[in-house]
Amino acid sequence: MRAAKHVAGLLGLMFTSEQALAAYQMNLPPGVTTFSQGAYDIHTMVMWICVVIGAVVFGAMIYSIINHRKSKGAVSAEFHDNTAIEIIWTVIPFLILIAMAIPATKVLLAMEDTSNSDMSIKVTGYQWKWHYDYLGEDISFFSNISTPDAANLSTNASVKKDDTYLLDVDNRLVIPEDTKVRLLFTSNDVIHAWWVQAFGVKKDAIPGFINESWVNVPDPGVYRGKCAELCGKNHGFMPIVVEVKTKEDYAAWVSGQKTAAAEAAASAEKTWTKADLMSHGQKVYTTACAACHQANGEGLPNVFPGLKGSAIATGDIAKHLSVVIHGVTGTAMAAYGPQMNDADLAAVITYERNAWGNDTGDVVQPSDIKAAR
Amino acid sequence: MSAVIEEHHDHHDHKPSGIGRWLFSTNHKDIGTMYLWFSFIMFFVGGAMALVIRAELFQPGLQLVEPEFFNQMTTLHGLIMVFGVIMPGFVGLANWMVPMMIGAPDMALPRMNNWSFWLLPGAFGMLIASLIMSLMGMGSAPNFGWTFYAPLSTTYGPASTDYFIFSVHLMGISSIMGAINIIATIMNMRAPGMTYMKMPIFVWTWFITAYLLIAVMPVLAGVVTMMLMDRNFGTSFFNAAGGGDPVMFQHVFWFFGHPEVYIMILPAFGVVSQIVPTFARKKIFGYSSMVYATASIAFLSFIVWAHHMFTTGMPVAGELFFMYATMLIAIPTGVKVFNWVSTMWRGSMTFETPMLFAIGFIFLFTIGGFTGLMMCIAPADFQYHDTYFIVAHFHYVLATGAAFSIMAAVYFWIPKWTGNMYDEKLGKLHFWLTAIGGNILFFPMHFVGLAGMPRRIPDYSLQFAEFNAMATVGAFIFGFSQLIFLYNVIKTIRGGEKATDQVWEGADGLEWTLPSPAPFHSFTTPPTVK
Amino acid sequence: MDTAVTCSVPQLYNATDGEVRAEEENKVTSHPNNIEGVNKNSTTRVITRLMFVVVGMFGFGFALVPLYDVFCDITGINGKTGDKVTLAENMQVDTSRVIEVEFIASLNGSMPWEFKPMQHSIKVHPGEPTRISYVAVNRTDKVIVGQAVPSVAPGRAAEYFQKTECFCFTEQKLEPGEEKEMPVIFVVDPQLPDDVSQLALSYTFFIKPSGASNSTASLANNSNQEI
Repeated sequence: MRAAKHVAGLLGLMFTSEQALAAYQMNLPPGVTTFSQGAYDIHTMVMWICVVIGAVVFGAMIYSIINHRKSKGAVSAEFHDNTAIEIIWTVIPFLILIAMAIPATKVLLAMEDTSNSDMSIKVTGYQWKWHYDYLGEDISFFSNISTPDAANLSTNASVKKDDTYLLDVDNRLVIPEDTKVRLLFTSNDVIHAWWVQAFGVKKDAIPGFINESWVNVPDPGVYRGKCAELCGKNHGFMPIVVEVKTKEDYAAWVSGQKTAAAEAAASAEKTWTKADLMSHGQKVYTTACAACHQANGEGLPNVFPGLKGSAIATGDIAKHLSVVIHGVTGTAMAAYGPQMNDADLAAVITYERNAWGNDTGDVVQPSDIKAAR
Repeated sequence: MSAVIEEHHDHHDHKPSGIGRWLFSTNHKDIGTMYLWFSFIMFFVGGAMALVIRAELFQPGLQLVEPEFFNQMTTLHGLIMVFGVIMPGFVGLANWMVPMMIGAPDMALPRMNNWSFWLLPGAFGMLIASLIMSLMGMGSAPNFGWTFYAPLSTTYGPASTDYFIFSVHLMGISSIMGAINIIATIMNMRAPGMTYMKMPIFVWTWFITAYLLIAVMPVLAGVVTMMLMDRNFGTSFFNAAGGGDPVMFQHVFWFFGHPEVYIMILPAFGVVSQIVPTFARKKIFGYSSMVYATASIAFLSFIVWAHHMFTTGMPVAGELFFMYATMLIAIPTGVKVFNWVSTMWRGSMTFETPMLFAIGFIFLFTIGGFTGLMMCIAPADFQYHDTYFIVAHFHYVLATGAAFSIMAAVYFWIPKWTGNMYDEKLGKLHFWLTAIGGNILFFPMHFVGLAGMPRRIPDYSLQFAEFNAMATVGAFIFGFSQLIFLYNVIKTIRGGEKATDQVWEGADGLEWTLPSPAPFHSFTTPPTVK
Repeated sequence: MDTAVTCSVPQLYNATDGEVRAEEENKVTSHPNNIEGVNKNSTTRVITRLMFVVVGMFGFGFALVPLYDVFCDITGINGKTGDKVTLAENMQVDTSRVIEVEFIASLNGSMPWEFKPMQHSIKVHPGEPTRISYVAVNRTDKVIVGQAVPSVAPGRAAEYFQKTECFCFTEQKLEPGEEKEMPVIFVVDPQLPDDVSQLALSYTFFIKPSGASNSTASLANNSNQEI
């Protein structure tokens, strides 16, 4: 009886569309935009056509397997040709394909709506995070996975596995409801792909090129997505979270962002204590550096150099600053100068110079970073 | 003339033996055997990598491997299965069977045949060496997926990438030479009376596959050469900085890549077309349409490549064209499935192991075909692309499709190769465990793909856990069942119930007129075909 | 080698069978080229032709590179706007349409410059030449040479976005601390499809790949580069 309930439950899940993040989900969800709903509709239609064709073909096979067997005394017939039937079963599938192609074409063309958007956001894929730039607003920020420890074998166990595991970020992409938002995609390094299933939007982010799509989400909510193109080590650890706010809340968020930006600029002017730098630096390190250099600073031999006891982290400060700010061309070490503000850079370099027994006692202030850029 | 005969007489007295027999073989049977053993060994190597992948994916969280190593596993698993298992497996079957099926004494170019084979252990030795070096901490093996998109594989690829490129070149040369050999053999060495339209379907499918190979393997060679040049000689084919285009990589790669997947399936169609009539005791239904359908599939395979690229930002006209063209392939493929079913219909079937695998192929390949049809609908593909839905699709057509057909072929023909019948009970056990395990492994992938799980990730969110656990259980059943197959093959080589010449009651064709085991040199006098 | 084969190598066939049959087949050798009816020449002919196909397809793979660019240039697909053009003298300004053009600046990889457009967007009429600028600053202590790659979205609008002056694909050298204004003069072709009214022009600055001069930097490079 319990088994029957289970089966019924599974079948029910297969046909319902609501449970977005439910376990045992078997079907595509319809999502919240016209893209996702169009995709869902055509998916459903084609799937059912395939089920019906499959039932006919497999039905014939099963019938034949049961009845046309030698052990049942069946004697093989002589026919091995029938032009009429072959023509029929070429033409009928062709007609079925046309019946599929017409609605598919309609759905695709509907996605090409080119009415003007109210706002544009540039989405840049990085290894391994997203960057959002609200064009014309001077709001831009990185969006990192909120649990960077998940990406390493040695630290993954310490990460809590809850409903938003691998689906949460530190800074969400915030957009207003009921607004056509133009999204422009590019990449800083390799090809990534920005995918939010609830929106039905998946677009490759290609270095040097701009791709475009748009969303218009009718209702507020939180929608989660993932990178959908293999982009290196942490391809599975660069999620996307879009928070759709009411128009009023969005306006409040925008002004909040501008205030925060002003505060961050101010914090770059002041002098930090070593303790503050170390604690902030550890946070920055975990988010941005541990992916490759590991939480224990040991790196991956011959792939990513270790920082624990390394010449750069314990030697000349200017060299250390240069490596972090300007990167190392020809390697995977990106330039973090353009990606982080002075305070974050000062903190993370201070941390690297004093953690894991490096203990140089060096303290780097945001003003040092500004001078070194 | 007599001098030549005497020389050859001497040759006959010289039984090939020892390691030289294999290193220097010019015999299509021995070379076929080597290809098949190579494929079988690679199957276990690639399969072990799959088990590492599935073991890591058994539960959410990282338990076994670093993400960097996981990417190496998925990459090498794909490369080995595509280039080291399926392709050499079918070449091995071609080598063994095509000459016998057309009444020829050997392949047209026996020495080149030998070189075609021996390139492969070299090529794969390099790939596996890069993995061993990675395990020893000396830098990553290829980690960019078997599709090695630029710039991940060019600007950002590890040092082993250049060896990967060399490896691909060697595999490509091997395939091209093999294909030339097959075409020359089929065109020139058919027994008198064997017109093209009397050839067995397996020969036809390999004939067409060989043309696909010589058309597209050179394009693969071109794209990896461009990669090599971008990486080492300062060019910018795929580097936007220098005016190149990463998307162009995808175009050139998939121009090869799509025909490649048909290269991997057409011989499978041929195998099934030999087996089903034999065990249904009825001629294949619609012989000529089978031939034309195969040729249409081959032709259409050249014009559909960008259905792998719907999310790259293609204009609508391009998406529509590739969608329509891909949908068209369903028609000749459907015709073939209908013809197989019609062969079964009102036949007098028995269900020995080869027939079980062949029927399994028809069921499961067709499921893969249905998901393929769903994927070619561009707006729906935006939700499927790069998810486990795609992974499910291609494993259905390649694992429970092409690999099933190779297993079917081995059971079908091993009595001819060895003179011994395989153990039927073990064969059936192998079939059922593989079929059930395979479905437990791959069917849930449809669900997690539709639910939103991307591919090529070592860890996933909690809502995908249940089906992933199921898939892992299926993987271990599927994987370990292959040991039964290995045992059965070795057992059969060493002995067993003696096989007759015809072996199977419904068997028909020149190969079944030879003794079992087939002599080292067969059809030295060509038979006449009526 | 006549070393005896031990039982560890499985016998796949019975070699002696072949020998028995050899007696009957004395007349004909087993070499394929000597089989009745098989003309050695026809085999050679087939192989020669197939080798041409192989070489041809390898060449085709490389030919796809310029072909791809030609196709993109003609159709404007993939946002490739190509390099500068000289405009026809009398382009009618279409005052009935307003096109909004947004400007995007990106830096690739470890390119350490600051780079931004001087204005985020502008509204223009098709046919009306317009001048805007980007600004790049090199705040490092090294000389850095950059190269900018343009891209236009939506892709199908790219062929209608014509630049008469730009810094695409030209090397830009910035001394330490140098700031440079980089102008772009463009015209939106009035033939732009009616349903497009928003365009985005993007430039991505890369550190110039070292070790290659402009002319060999890419076999896939567009026309007309100024050094």
